[in-house]
Amino acid sequence: MKGHDSSDLARERDASVHVTGLLTSAFTAISHKAHARGNECNINFKMQFMLLFSRQGKLRLQKWYVPLSDVQKKKISREVIQMVLARKPKMCSFLEWRDLKIVYKRYASLYFCCAVEDQENELITLEIIHRYVELLDKYFGSVCELDIIFNFEKAYYILDEFILGGEAQETSKKNVLKAIEQADMLQEEAETPRSVLEEIGLT
Amino acid sequence: CFYFRLTLSNNTSLFLQQAKYISTCIDEIKQELKQDNIAVKANAVCKLTYLQMLGYDVSWAAFNIVEVMSSSKFTYKRIGYLAASQCFHEGTDVIMLTTNQIRKDLSSPNQYDTGVALTGLSCFVTPDLARDLANDIMTLMSHTKPYIRKKAVLIMYKVFLKYPESLRPAFPRLKEKLEDPDPGVQSAAVNVICELARRNPKNYLSLAPLFFKLMTSSTNNWVLIKIIKLFGALTPLEPRLGKKLIEPLTNLIHSTSAMSLLYECVNTVIAVLISLSSGMPNHSASIQLCVQKLRILIEDSDQNLKYLGLLAMSKILKTHPKSVQSHKDLILQCLDDKDESIRLRALDLLYGMVSKKNLMEIVKKLMLHVDKAEGTTYRDELLTKIIDICSQSNYQYITNFEWYISILVELTRLEGTRHGHLIASQMLDVAIRVKAIRGFAVAQMATLLDNAHLLTGNTQRNGICEVLYAAAWICGEFSEHLEDPMQTLEAMLRPKVATLPGHIQAVYVQNAAKLFATVLQKHEGETDSQVAQETSQLLIERLPLFVQSANLEVQERASCIIQLVKYIQKLQQKNVEVADEVTALFAGELNPVAPKAQKKVPIPEGLDLDAWINEPPSESESEDEKPKSKAVFAKEEPKHSRRHTEVDEKELARRREVRKQEQANNPFYIKASPSSQKVFDAPGVEHIPVVQIDLSVPLKVPGMPMSDQYVKLEEERRQKDKADKKKKDKKKKREKRGKGRKADSGPESEEDITPAQQVDIVTEEMPENALPSDDDDKDPNDPHKALDIDLDKPLADSEKLPVRTHRPEVLKSPAEDRENESIPQESKKKSSKEKKEKKKDKEKDRKRSKEEKKKKKKHKEVEEELMESQPEEAVQSEDTKEMAVPPTSAEASDLDFWLSSAPVPPAAQVRSLTLSPPPLLIPLSVCRVVNERLFCISPSGLSRFLTSLCLFSLLFTGLAHFCLFAYACFS
Repeated sequence: MKGHDSSDLARERDASVHVTGLLTSAFTAISHKAHARGNECNINFKMQFMLLFSRQGKLRLQKWYVPLSDVQKKKISREVIQMVLARKPKMCSFLEWRDLKIVYKRYASLYFCCAVEDQENELITLEIIHRYVELLDKYFGSVCELDIIFNFEKAYYILDEFILGGEAQETSKKNVLKAIEQADMLQEEAETPRSVLEEIGLT
Repeated sequence: CFYFRLTLSNNTSLFLQQAKYISTCIDEIKQELKQDNIAVKANAVCKLTYLQMLGYDVSWAAFNIVEVMSSSKFTYKRIGYLAASQCFHEGTDVIMLTTNQIRKDLSSPNQYDTGVALTGLSCFVTPDLARDLANDIMTLMSHTKPYIRKKAVLIMYKVFLKYPESLRPAFPRLKEKLEDPDPGVQSAAVNVICELARRNPKNYLSLAPLFFKLMTSSTNNWVLIKIIKLFGALTPLEPRLGKKLIEPLTNLIHSTSAMSLLYECVNTVIAVLISLSSGMPNHSASIQLCVQKLRILIEDSDQNLKYLGLLAMSKILKTHPKSVQSHKDLILQCLDDKDESIRLRALDLLYGMVSKKNLMEIVKKLMLHVDKAEGTTYRDELLTKIIDICSQSNYQYITNFEWYISILVELTRLEGTRHGHLIASQMLDVAIRVKAIRGFAVAQMATLLDNAHLLTGNTQRNGICEVLYAAAWICGEFSEHLEDPMQTLEAMLRPKVATLPGHIQAVYVQNAAKLFATVLQKHEGETDSQVAQETSQLLIERLPLFVQSANLEVQERASCIIQLVKYIQKLQQKNVEVADEVTALFAGELNPVAPKAQKKVPIPEGLDLDAWINEPPSESESEDEKPKSKAVFAKEEPKHSRRHTEVDEKELARRREVRKQEQANNPFYIKASPSSQKVFDAPGVEHIPVVQIDLSVPLKVPGMPMSDQYVKLEEERRQKDKADKKKKDKKKKREKRGKGRKADSGPESEEDITPAQQVDIVTEEMPENALPSDDDDKDPNDPHKALDIDLDKPLADSEKLPVRTHRPEVLKSPAEDRENESIPQESKKKSSKEKKEKKKDKEKDRKRSKEEKKKKKKHKEVEEELMESQPEEAVQSEDTKEMAVPPTSAEASDLDFWLSSAPVPPAAQVRSLTLSPPPLLIPLSVCRVVNERLFCISPSGLSRFLTSLCLFSLLFTGLAHFCLFAYACFS
């Protein structure tokens, strides 16, 4: 099973380089520089990582709950993205990959993709993804891909309030949004208009 | 705009533009980072975070990130921590600098400062950070705000992983959090403990009653799923737990509407039932329930549910194949699904679906899929599955081996499959083990050899040519069945053969010799010896091609055989009869041997493999030997003999393990199929009893699928059998059969089907007293191994979490020391007093629990159900209630008590759970872990504990004296 997957992957990787051409070339350039750590960490947390990427295979958000080197992260995300993009629309949302399960769901042009360990419940992972999308939707008000690009830090903050260290920490949507709003308020109190936002608005 | 520009499309013309843009951006950011204005810096760091996500290396800015992190303004701190959590990893050296900053933020009065720090920490915690901050985080677990408590509890798990020593000191508080008033904190604690317990379940068995209570009371699906999963991990260690679980789980299965919970329950019930193995009779009901629910999942239009249903079904299949088989129709239906992953899952299940009756039908269906399949992965999967299904449990389900051989031959038409060797080994296996089929197999193999060019379109990479290996060997070995050995011989010596891989050529050459022997045998008696001489001539003409082969094996065999043939030719010219002598070269029948047989031959008593047979040669002798022996093999031979004599059993076993590991890891290593190996080890064949087969099927021209007609033939044959058998109610039966086949529930039972040929499957031979070997190895690198810590042992002082002090602990001031000293002494006295009291208490325990029962009327509904359903077990329900009382006293001992309320099968009474003599209770204030919480240790543990206390007090007084002395000296 796994053996086939890897060969399949290799094939798919070859096939779709052009899709992620930008990412891949950037990655390979860096992979020489970044120092790879010797021990491959195989710590299994509930959720290993979460990726958001567009239909073109561009990463929009990535969160890793396992300590991996940059090179490994890039390799993994590249593989996973290509694998998920190769899936046809009516296929089920679960994939077996290495010793992990990939659970993904597509919302409009964005793919939300989680890797959980083998014993994890796929349906609850799907639920987590959906919750997160709902949270984003509530926060931004019918969220779209651009919201996540321009306010990527907000998207991260929401994710961090929702999931901590690979575990869903708060199952109540209301509580998450409350925490985010209060933190935002604190931020506004503390400082004159946010410079990053300002720059986005102006330039 | 910065972010938008970065997201621009993947258009290649824009690519250069973008690369340029980014490099200017990075320059700009570098400038901004140099400024003193923190707002500008934070902005730059924010941009860097984005660039990092795009895959650019930003490790050079690590220090700037730390700067922003340490800003006092929340706005910047937030950005800083986000950047750190995205960019830092264990190798980042600046992390060392952050310890104090993080500690400051953790104790900040603003809960969001603390929250942000905790979130960040969860991403980049290192062993050092974990050690230094463990105590701070532990304190936060009792923070007033649930927001902080929740995060602190969750992050503790990461801390445990990085710094396992913190587990024991922190665990009591973590356990407290299971009963936190805030549901979020509670669920976080459940999460963490469940994660811990799943890795090292045996240390957490004592928590089972507590979790059981949570499970029956909680309504939060997220928590329920976690707990249920945990129980799945605990039950293999404690079978009685499984019995207790079945009922609440089945209740949940019935009642829940959440698919995720349902799925989890079904999974756990399956796991529990597997661990219980042959248990109580009413288990079949639970299995039926699971299968029914899974059927609903599979029938659902949602692909996800379908997939999961099939996945769970395959788990049931392992232990309860019967209950799955009744849903064969559904699973066959899934084979036609659009989704490949669903088809693959259904394929897994097919394995258990087959019977003698339907095997042909199912395989026929699979063959159709093979034809349709796009993509080699799926096709290869199909191929292996077909072979798996057919060959399972010694070809149990195959009634007609002619059919199977033709299926194998059809499979060779697959282009680009990687499983040539698999097909080949099947061919060999069947031909060797099923004597009656040899005639047919040889004929098929001969056609294969004749049409070898069809298989070897692109020789080097094509895995399918492995099949020729099997074909050549079968034709050679069983050549007496060949109709026209001359033609086959000719086919085997075609020049094209030289393009095949070496090991196949070697088999060709060797078997050409066998065929030669057969031809001689056949034609020698005849008056005209023309044919025999032609054959010798053919060999002499063609073999030189192989003598030139680069492959040593081929070369050696070819040159050997060519000399032999030349000699025979001479004899032939003198009209000497040689056939018998040549045939004698390949005499002897082969017996199949189990793949592991050699390994398992026991060493006879009194045989010492390590002992020298002769006097050990002196060093100088062995050196002398070297130059004498021949060039090529000189190095190899002495080495080999050495090894065999020196290495003992253990060492061998270890090496075997290592080798296996290596082979498993080496993607280039193709595992040799056992049957193809033994082929060469054994001597040739003499007279195999030829079983006459009535070949009702004409041999087929290659290229035409022919297995199908076997299905029809088989059908006819079976009907004929049937008709012969039961002439009396012939008509009736036939009608039924006709209907039955379509509905897949024919009245015909398995036993009714007799195999077409009375084939004798020679079972593989094993040495008499072979031992079953189980190679069980755990991953030594598993980080969770470090967390395999006994949590019921009392906490020693040395295990306290390091608290931040200005000086190392050893140099404490004398005043402090005295305080420390006095506490243990006091408590020591206390403990000895209380010991006696507690002993009495323990005896009264049961009485008291009964009284409590009367007082407490708030029982959980599920428990009441339990009671009602098992009225005869009145004593048990009492215990269940006792469990419902908050677990203030020794839970470990309660576990036995609690569990014993379930009927115990005699086998389960021998348990691994050892809680030894009656536990004593002493107050834990000594360990300053949790107030008023009682702790249980065994007498031996107690004495150890007391001695350690004494030692500590001695140490502290000694230190105090030393300090006083030093102080006196200095002043």
